[in-house]
Amino acid sequence: MMINYFFIFLFIFIIPNSSLASDDLSKNFAGIVFGIFVLITLLITYFASKKNYSKSNYYAAGEKISGLQNGLAIAGDYMSAASFLGISGLVFLSGFDGLIYSIGFLVGWPIILFLIAEKLKNLGKYTFADVTSTRLKQSKIRILSASGTLVTVIFYLIAQMVGAGSLVQILFGLPYYYAIWIVGVLMIIYVSFGGMIATTWVQIIKAILLIVGATILAILVLNEYSFSISNLLNESTLVHPDKEFILYPGKLITDPISALSLGVALIFGTAGLPHILMRFFTVPNAKSSRISAFYATTFIGYFYILTFVIGFGAIVFLTNNSDYIDANNNLLGSNNMAAIHLSHALGGDIFLGFISAVAFATILAVVSGLTLAGASAIGRDLYVYVFNNGKADEKNEIFVSKVSSVLIGLIAIILGIVFQGQNVAFMVGLAFAVAASTNFPILYLTITWKKLTTNGALYGGFIGLFSAIILVILGPTVWVETFGFSEAIFPYKYPGLFSMSISFISIFVISLMDKKNFNENKYNDLVKKSYIGKK
Amino acid sequence: MNQVKIEKNLKKLIFFSNLISYSLSLIVLILYFSFILILGFAPQLFHKFLNGTSITYGIFAGLSIIIISILLTLIYVIISNHFLDNLKNNDD
Repeated sequence: MMINYFFIFLFIFIIPNSSLASDDLSKNFAGIVFGIFVLITLLITYFASKKNYSKSNYYAAGEKISGLQNGLAIAGDYMSAASFLGISGLVFLSGFDGLIYSIGFLVGWPIILFLIAEKLKNLGKYTFADVTSTRLKQSKIRILSASGTLVTVIFYLIAQMVGAGSLVQILFGLPYYYAIWIVGVLMIIYVSFGGMIATTWVQIIKAILLIVGATILAILVLNEYSFSISNLLNESTLVHPDKEFILYPGKLITDPISALSLGVALIFGTAGLPHILMRFFTVPNAKSSRISAFYATTFIGYFYILTFVIGFGAIVFLTNNSDYIDANNNLLGSNNMAAIHLSHALGGDIFLGFISAVAFATILAVVSGLTLAGASAIGRDLYVYVFNNGKADEKNEIFVSKVSSVLIGLIAIILGIVFQGQNVAFMVGLAFAVAASTNFPILYLTITWKKLTTNGALYGGFIGLFSAIILVILGPTVWVETFGFSEAIFPYKYPGLFSMSISFISIFVISLMDKKNFNENKYNDLVKKSYIGKK
Repeated sequence: MNQVKIEKNLKKLIFFSNLISYSLSLIVLILYFSFILILGFAPQLFHKFLNGTSITYGIFAGLSIIIISILLTLIYVIISNHFLDNLKNNDD
């Protein structure tokens, strides 16, 4: 079969190339570890590709993933390189403030478990639009869900791709374009051939690698301070130029409104990320989806505590160390390199290689999850339910999804190249704001509010979607920093609080004006099903 | 089992699972937003040090929120597995 030759080609050419990228020890070792990761994940993809002829396998890994496995996979989707390198870098730079982000990213998780994890599984099949369309009109509501999904996925992908390019440039000494292409091509292969089965195992392996790597790094740090966080913090105040101020709240939160707005976007955005929501369909029943959310919370929380230790470790071991600091007292590369440099300072070349490979694998896994979520929105929500009235052949549906994954991959590659060198950090914030202002409100109101109507969800949801985008554009990050205007029209960096309120209010008002379309029976059925599942 | 009893059980299930879900959510939200509001309005509250250590109230509060979040999810899973799921099974 053609697929077989294709995989043989990959094994022969891509892997040896990635491991012979450079002649220095850490880069070689990084290449070898990454090569092994790619080899194993491609093998999984190869076996998964033979099973992917059903929708259930392609979108939901045959619903055979266990609670623990899914918890790891969710953690894998969520712990991006941005949270590993970005948060430890933020702690390195400003201490306490890094913790504020970690907490915001974490507290969405208990809320997801308490309010939506089980109901998602009880009501939906493969995408979260399956849930909203149990009581709202398919063709309309899926346009909104698919738009919310695609906008979230694309912005998130751009941020990840640009991060991947610059990171790999520094870590492996490969050119930016080369890195973008490796990431892009591998993710297309995972998603289009392996579907959810391969994507899930890529996440699981990456999550384990990342947790093990970060644990070793944190232990190496704490070991120097007889495992006392207090001693570590004390030492860090002695070397950091800001002294004890790094233990206090700093410049990140300047006014309460921004702080609230960021918090709202992080909590409710997490509960509206399509690639995360999709994972709750890969387990057999609501009980395992509950257990997977518990494991995910535990792994993610533990991981954020590690990044905190790693960040302070970086302060102690890298500040004043001329191997990692340039003449202007800046970290070589960027502040995002704190964890990477720390791994070298404490564990030498081999450990540096290992952590670099893990960081690369992390990016690869996250973009794969995003691509699959985007492809499912096109293949299932748009192709089947919007364009074909819910009547499409299973084979065609999967084919369209696979083609879409290739297209999304190519778009990600192109945008990754277009946005090279731009500050794209705000795009992750935008993805969360859109998820909190579109996906979360319609999902939550579908399962809890009797009077929701299709028109209310559709128009209110789009109003939320556009207000999130417009407020980001008019805000300080884009209007001032990118367009160069002197003052922002919308004064806050994070629009979440405002765009989410606008969305909820519009959905309420429009639904209430749309009284003739109330459908109480459908709602009562949905409530019953959401608690006891399909029978 | 008759229809009336099934409806009664379902009501009981919905009542208790909402009670647990929303109380636990409320705890998390109150903890988190108090943390954020202190950061916004009275950050100096977080400047004090825990007795005899270099850990500030802010760092202690932050790490505690992470650990409490994990514990609350554990509590939710235990309650659901041992109590709510039984209500569900009675429904058959």
